[in-house]
Amino acid sequence: MFRRLSRHRTALAGLVMLGTFIITTSLAPILLHSDPNDVNFDQVLQRPSRAHLLGTDQLGRDLLARVVYGTRVSFLIGVLAVAVSGLVGVPVGLASGFYGGAVDIAVQRLVDLLLAFPGFLLALTLIAVLGVGVTNVVVAVGVATVPIYVRLVRGVALSIRTQTYVEAAQALGAPEPRILLRHVLPNCVAPVIVQSTLQLGAAILAAAGLGFLGLGVKPPTPEWGTMLGEGQTYLFSSWYIATFPGIAIFLAVMAFNLLGDGLRDALDPRMRLP
Amino acid sequence: MSSYLLRRIGLALPTLFGVTVVIFLIIRLIPGDPARVIAGLQASDEEVRRIRTQLGLDEPLHVQYAVFLKQLLRGNLGTSAVTRAPVSEEIGARLEATAKLALCSMVVATVIGMGAGIISASRQYSVLDYTVMGVALFGVSIPVFWLGMMLMLLFSVNLHWLPAGGYGTPAHLILPTVALAAFSVAIIARLTRSSLLEVFGHDYVRTARAKGLQDRVVVLRHALKNALIPVLTVVGLQFGALLSGAVLTETTFAWPGMGRLLVNAIGARDYPVVQGIALVFAVIFTVVNLAVDLMYAYVDPRIHYS
Repeated sequence: MFRRLSRHRTALAGLVMLGTFIITTSLAPILLHSDPNDVNFDQVLQRPSRAHLLGTDQLGRDLLARVVYGTRVSFLIGVLAVAVSGLVGVPVGLASGFYGGAVDIAVQRLVDLLLAFPGFLLALTLIAVLGVGVTNVVVAVGVATVPIYVRLVRGVALSIRTQTYVEAAQALGAPEPRILLRHVLPNCVAPVIVQSTLQLGAAILAAAGLGFLGLGVKPPTPEWGTMLGEGQTYLFSSWYIATFPGIAIFLAVMAFNLLGDGLRDALDPRMRLP
Repeated sequence: MSSYLLRRIGLALPTLFGVTVVIFLIIRLIPGDPARVIAGLQASDEEVRRIRTQLGLDEPLHVQYAVFLKQLLRGNLGTSAVTRAPVSEEIGARLEATAKLALCSMVVATVIGMGAGIISASRQYSVLDYTVMGVALFGVSIPVFWLGMMLMLLFSVNLHWLPAGGYGTPAHLILPTVALAAFSVAIIARLTRSSLLEVFGHDYVRTARAKGLQDRVVVLRHALKNALIPVLTVVGLQFGALLSGAVLTETTFAWPGMGRLLVNAIGARDYPVVQGIALVFAVIFTVVNLAVDLMYAYVDPRIHYS
């Protein structure tokens, strides 16, 4: 009993952390007086102080503002990337698992192929080809994540397909799309929600990684990974430029992981940890 | 047993083949004239024309692919658009550094990860268990490049115990390995723990305990082998994550490996090099997963009969 509660507590902790991020960044224009892109050459590389709580970067921009506004960018990229991979992956996985046959085999081969590349490297290669910018980051990270959803939903569809109530529905003459929608899809909801929550964290990490390599969003947009990459040059003298965005990434990803883990335990205790 | 092995190896070949197709297509997705792309931004029109005929870029796509594959099988990965050296040479010079980092991290991640998972599962719900899982949660959430920088700040800049970057001595290997392995340690630890806990619920474990066997024997001799299968899968997959992470770690620590080469090549639009490295990484990853699948047969005798 205590364990069940504590699981819910983890999800709650994650939710609270995420809520804090979202509220802070939404209220940013009211709470902060600095613009994240305000260049101030007379205030370059300042240590954290009362005027600039997290310091300033190499162009004199307020780091606190950049970290807070960066939340919007990172979360947006995460949500869009997961949406892209979900919107593509779930229908494909459904069709593949439910209809089986040649479609299934073809899809499986394709998924195996995509999974032959380590995810981040695939995203990196796609960025190399497509170029930088928010859209391309979303596409690159999204495409690299599609196989995960396909496999996940396919698994559910496969197991549901053989259930008696599906047979019954088919015997009653229900058209297949209806069976898919009313019987298979609802069973996919829980795993997809759990996976999506965890993927949000992963997508933010991937996008930050691309940003760190200078292959993410275009400057001067504040993005945590890009800030880290810029901060690396000044690591030994102005440690704060690299430290605080990193803490933000860490806390955001941990929040999604906490929420995802908690959701998984709450929605289906039989599912395993990765 | 050997029929399983042969079948599994046989399955890997189309995958490898498909990998070359995917990379071939991705690189040719680049907007613009591929000849100019391969020749490089600085090339003259003369040179672009020469490259176009030389590489047969005016030929239909499947012909180009056939040529590409033929050259690949001969070990020819093309020429760097920036240095004009053979891509295989560029990669060869940096392979050792990446291999060292990746292998070291793999060993560390597997040993520490499994160890932590075993201890955690054996003492479920204890303070130790919660601590280990808490640390694991941290490890899964930390960006590898940030961890690397923080380690550098602490151990190089403040404590002066370890070098801040570069390559050469074993001391140089420590920080990059710790940073790179962190994520995988966490994942492997979590999975080992949950897998073991699942196995603990099975009847044969209960029997072993009822027989009065020591806990250590029960866990290590009876439970572990069965718990290992999903862990093995993840270890194989984590190698891929390590290769990816190596790109970030090498950039952080100025490690002269393939990862850094890849990042520089992307920035310089050196597509032959990008293509070559992507191929090498994908092939390595496929081979590692093949090895993992083959190890299943050793770990789980049931697999032979399937």
